Amino acid sequence: MGDYISTRNVHLYYGENEALKGIDLGFPDNGIHALIGPSGCGKSTYLRCLNRMNDLIPDVKITGNIEIGGSNIYSPKTDTVELRRQVGMVFQQPNPFPFSIYDNVSYGLKLSGKKDKEFIDERVETSLKQAAVWDEVKDDLSKSALSLSGGQQQRICIARVLAVKPSVILLDEPTSALDPVSSNLIEEMLLTLREKYACVMVTHNLQQASRISDTTSFFLTGQLIETGRTKDIFVEPQQKETDDYLSGRFG
Amino acid sequence: MNMKTVNKVALTTIKIIAGLVVVILAFLIGRILIQGLPHISWHFLTSPSQEFIAGGGISYQLFNSFYLLILTLLISFPISLGAGIFLSEYAPKNWFTEIIRMAIEILSSLPSVVVGLFGFLLFVVQFKMGFSIIAGAIALTFFNLPLLTRNVEQALESVSDLQREAGLALGLSKWKTVIKVIIPEALPGIVTGIVLGAGRVFGEAAALIYTAGQSASTIDFTNWNPFNAASPLNWSRPAETLAVHIWKINSEGIMPDAAAVSAGTSAVLIIVVLIFNLSARYLGNKLYRKYTAAGK
Repeated sequence: MGDYISTRNVHLYYGENEALKGIDLGFPDNGIHALIGPSGCGKSTYLRCLNRMNDLIPDVKITGNIEIGGSNIYSPKTDTVELRRQVGMVFQQPNPFPFSIYDNVSYGLKLSGKKDKEFIDERVETSLKQAAVWDEVKDDLSKSALSLSGGQQQRICIARVLAVKPSVILLDEPTSALDPVSSNLIEEMLLTLREKYACVMVTHNLQQASRISDTTSFFLTGQLIETGRTKDIFVEPQQKETDDYLSGRFG
Repeated sequence: MNMKTVNKVALTTIKIIAGLVVVILAFLIGRILIQGLPHISWHFLTSPSQEFIAGGGISYQLFNSFYLLILTLLISFPISLGAGIFLSEYAPKNWFTEIIRMAIEILSSLPSVVVGLFGFLLFVVQFKMGFSIIAGAIALTFFNLPLLTRNVEQALESVSDLQREAGLALGLSKWKTVIKVIIPEALPGIVTGIVLGAGRVFGEAAALIYTAGQSASTIDFTNWNPFNAASPLNWSRPAETLAVHIWKINSEGIMPDAAAVSAGTSAVLIIVVLIFNLSARYLGNKLYRKYTAAGK
């Protein structure tokens, strides 16, 4: 099976410091893929290579090959606007724009030139439903997104990503700033998304990784130590480092 | 003394000091208002000043102050917005940016009388602008620019980086992220800064004495052609403002009711500045609520 996202020998340097030391990893076009490892191991950095968010940091050099849907996203011909539409991202802290709920979710659509009001309305509703927040906000979509609770804000952010129909969703510790109830809601929602989207999720919560992910990759000091089906990794890790980490002996 | 007593003593001291500041402020404002308010009347606000006889008003000075303020903001706001955006969003961390920052800091600590004399030599004399509103507005721009730039920069910087990432991750270009996401969120801070700066500019005297001049030329309020010398909108006429008027009356006023005019003018000035300050708070809060609570 050819991977939808495939990264070959990816090195990333912050100045002199090598943060990723040759990552070979691939994901199919659906399912939830967890990236785990101690802080500073490079998993977030790796995630940010997939939508070129690292481009924004000065002095970053990336080598290797990253392909999504068969095209090299670091080719000079890549349109980063289109890439980031296709590869959505959800951050650790909910970060809705200081606009209404409706404007937040429809923002990406309007940006890509969609004008038909009916179409946008319909897409806003579907996205909010997919993100499991529709019932809580449908009465007043003109409310400022900042007035919502953290958990609701995070689901608005997910709806904002879903609205532009991406094929990949990157999640950088999407629930670590939320309370357990909100986290649960988001986990359940992610399980409904896994059929249609390739979700790549960085998480510090090992239970979360084992509960909802299909595959898990373990990073340590910029290297990919082990990757495989989540069940296998958690039950029978092949590498000693993975075993140590999962059993809490370090990290 | 045990910890509890130390704590109590410290707290009481701080409270007394804070109270003292409030008392001084209340005393100053109260005194100015009590002395000046009785002299304020519709006639006082709407009639021109007199040099030799009693009964003069401050209509020209009042208009000049506002007109000068608007011109100053028209010049200084776009520049400081641009400079603030550059410093907060684009400036690389290098010696060049450091020099810009240092220049702004030095500019903001220049005594306003020095700014005024500089404006006099450069604009009034060298560029042959004469004592004029536009020379005054440029001098006030020098005075206001560093504070406003700083304010814009800080307002933009206080917007969380998460917002920048959100914009970029959604495919916005950097410029669009700044315009569509960062500036709207920083708007309450920016507006508050503009209005507070307006209060400072409004009460400024030293920078204007040698630039906008100390005489209020006769204005014809029915003539709104800015190129006519008698028009209120003409910017090449000399224009005494409220603050300069107060200074002038007290140093060389010879009208019989000089003390009363001075007190009345001071009260008007204080009231306008207070209105600026209160509306800055109100506007800032309102904009903040608009973005955080119920929408349009």
